[in-house]
Amino acid sequence: MKTINFLLAGVGGQGTILAGELLAHVGLAMGFEVKKAEVHGMSQRGGSVTSHVRWGTRVFAPVAGAGEVDFLLAFEKLEGLRNIHMLCPTAIALINQENIIPISVTSQNQVYPTDGEIQGAFAKTIQRAIFINASDTAKRLGVPQTMNVVLIGALAAVLEEYPAAEFTQSDTIWVDAITKRVPAKYAELNKTAFFAGKSLITLPQKENV
Amino acid sequence: MKKILSGNEAAARGAWEAGAMVGAGYPGTPSTEILENFVKYPGVYAEWSANEKVAADIAIGAAYASKRAFVTMKHVGLNVASDSFMAVSMTGTEAGLVFISADDPAMHSSQNEQDNRNYAKFARVPCLEPNDSQQAKDMMANAFTISEEFDTPVIYRMTTRICHSSGVVELSDDIDAIYEHRPQRASVKFPRNPAKYVMIPGNAVKRRPLLEQRIQKLAAYAETSPLNYIEKGSSALGIITSGISYQYAKEVFPDASILHLGITWPLPKNLIHNFAQSVQRLIVLEELDPFIEEAVKIMGIQVEGKDIFPAIGEYNPRIIRESAVQAGLLPPEAHISLPPAYPEPIPARPPVLCAGCPHRSSFYLLHKMKVPVTGDIGCYSLGVIEPLSAIHTLGSMGDGIAVAQGAVKSGSTEKYVAVIGDSTFFHSGIPALANAVYNQTPFVTIIMDNRITGMTGHQDNLGTGKTLQGKTAPIIDIEALVRAMGVQHVTTLPSFEVDKIETTLKDYLKLDEPSVLITLEPCALLPDSRKRWEPLYINAEACNGCTLCFRVGCPAILKSEELDEHTQRPKAIIDPTLCTGCEVCSQICPRDAISFRKEHQQNGITIQ
Ligand SMILES: Cc1ncc(C[n+]2csc(CCOP(=O)(O)OP(=O)(O)O)c2C)c(N)n1
Ligand code: SF4
Ligand code: SF4
Repeated sequence: MKTINFLLAGVGGQGTILAGELLAHVGLAMGFEVKKAEVHGMSQRGGSVTSHVRWGTRVFAPVAGAGEVDFLLAFEKLEGLRNIHMLCPTAIALINQENIIPISVTSQNQVYPTDGEIQGAFAKTIQRAIFINASDTAKRLGVPQTMNVVLIGALAAVLEEYPAAEFTQSDTIWVDAITKRVPAKYAELNKTAFFAGKSLITLPQKENV
Repeated sequence: MKKILSGNEAAARGAWEAGAMVGAGYPGTPSTEILENFVKYPGVYAEWSANEKVAADIAIGAAYASKRAFVTMKHVGLNVASDSFMAVSMTGTEAGLVFISADDPAMHSSQNEQDNRNYAKFARVPCLEPNDSQQAKDMMANAFTISEEFDTPVIYRMTTRICHSSGVVELSDDIDAIYEHRPQRASVKFPRNPAKYVMIPGNAVKRRPLLEQRIQKLAAYAETSPLNYIEKGSSALGIITSGISYQYAKEVFPDASILHLGITWPLPKNLIHNFAQSVQRLIVLEELDPFIEEAVKIMGIQVEGKDIFPAIGEYNPRIIRESAVQAGLLPPEAHISLPPAYPEPIPARPPVLCAGCPHRSSFYLLHKMKVPVTGDIGCYSLGVIEPLSAIHTLGSMGDGIAVAQGAVKSGSTEKYVAVIGDSTFFHSGIPALANAVYNQTPFVTIIMDNRITGMTGHQDNLGTGKTLQGKTAPIIDIEALVRAMGVQHVTTLPSFEVDKIETTLKDYLKLDEPSVLITLEPCALLPDSRKRWEPLYINAEACNGCTLCFRVGCPAILKSEELDEHTQRPKAIIDPTLCTGCEVCSQICPRDAISFRKEHQQNGITIQ
């Protein structure tokens, strides 16, 4: 199988690292070789962060290059846009409808792009860009921090449609990866977040209002 | 059992399995998690030391005392520890000693870029480089054996993409069985062997030739070591590579022949000669310096490297592929074109001081006072970012205080302020401050004591009262220490008391003597601090869009959509999910539009 490249992009503190870990473990459970890469340090203080996850029969590099990413999971809109050059033309992007305004917009006069501009840029670049309200969904569940798992749920739904015979995923694999990696008392909550995320894709008309 | 481990987790596991008894280090990205993981294993001693040199000397002492030991640091840490490192190259040790150096190509979290393989050549010691997590674990055993067999410290060179990448590692989950069987060295008497361990000139002169002999023996060993191996492919292209670059070579040139070097110093001459003869075109693929390439050229072998691939920054498959297409190593079809760039500038999102960071108030004031500020390394380095824009120098850890002294002694008539964090003060600020005081230098030092080593992810330090192994420790009293140095003007103030800090700074700047202001408040992200978070709110009627509060550079303060009728400027709002209620902005708002915590209680307001 061709190596599948995921890129997770967000703002420090949004939970990209845990999401990347979940994705790596799901890949392993499906029998792939997996690699994952992220940068810790300076980037955590509210700066831009990215994690790479790769699944394949044999995976060498831990990061994909620009133009090679198949799936983008953007935790924040501007961060999605910032990484648009990483995507290949057939890529699918899942973009969380959240704006986190950077200091450069508040205290200098830089301008945060409009939704129309962001959607236009994705439409021009890739096959499919799906904007979902993962943050709102997580808030409705009462725990905003589960936004990352909501996004992972949405990704699971998207992957179910992806034509790769090797994808032997099931809800059990995802749920198992999640419950093993979050504190026991939050396991049920995160499971709910996962399925809420899935239904954002499978039931778009209900949730995306 | 298969487990996904980061390179750092794997190296910690490998060190433990190899029987390392002592691990010391000073935090630094990307090395920090090695010790944080090592400490979890049974039967070890692990500590965060004051700085890398101290950590190195601790590992050296343990290895002199016949216990396997290692020291961890980021690349620049080896600069700090280099004196000890060069010294122990002369003496060797009784048991294995490994220096783990985590280099940071592309400077994701560093002040410079340096290739620490050069230190191996410099000190005549071997350098080992794992290429993934599995090797990061397995090669630790080789590192300790080589160290003992050749009586030499070993550099274990990792890089960001090895340390912080995770991959599948095969390992046993029977911790008890490993614990039983890992190589253990009996406690023996400390060596009384001055000819080997006391490097007075008379002894050192005799040991010096041994270093040359040792490196030659190591070169012979490298010829047949299992860490250096050939993966035979097409003879059209041969690639000599090591570390993470090996992965890029495999990915981009799946058909090429590869000479993988797990030992990148000293180099196996015959192996390289034979490999060169077996291929038509020979290249070296290595991140950062042309370290292997130059050595291969000195062997008289025709080879290409940095004329094709960049000599600075970090590689990835795309960089390698596009460089290879340019050089005719790959056909033009291999080129991958990129989507058109987004036509407008995308607003930058630099890391910033967190909402509620105790460092913010001082930088807001320093910016207002327009004084030159010599900075240092830590979260507080972010005082340089707009709009605070209050730091004017930053080079290496612990330099700020003496740089201020130098500027003052140069005859500069400006009033200087040096800022330094608690961990950095313990690392290398203490001698600098003592020096400035002894030489009676009038400038202000602000020690920003947030009770933790923040930037690297909250490690304990000599001021926190807890060790890496969770034991209670005496807390250094910074104010008393500063007084003991002879500083007459010392004050400790809560970091959030803007007015008091301002008055004190103004007073101190008038002095003709050294002075020290300690700002004290735990980092906003520590568990106890989080319990006290309580978001403030802005009274939209009182706010007239003066924008003053935007100048504190707090990520929780945003421009609202609403413009003030008169000023036509955006009013401010506070994001309640980010605000901690530090009240720095409330204190500077000229129209009292921002709430204080006590008003919340009085008015019975709770904000979620
Ligand atoms: C020689 C060296 N060692 C380690 C580091 C990594 N490092 C950067 S900042 C920092 C700690 C700073 O802690 P502190 O001074 O307490 O400031 P804080 O981040 O808590 O504000 C460390 C260890 C470095 N840059 N250089
Ligand atoms: S981690 Fe702590 S010290 Fe560092 S910027 Fe955030 S609040 Fe400040
Ligand atoms: S009180 Fe003001 S400065 Fe402090 S965190 Fe809240 S918004 Fe930021």
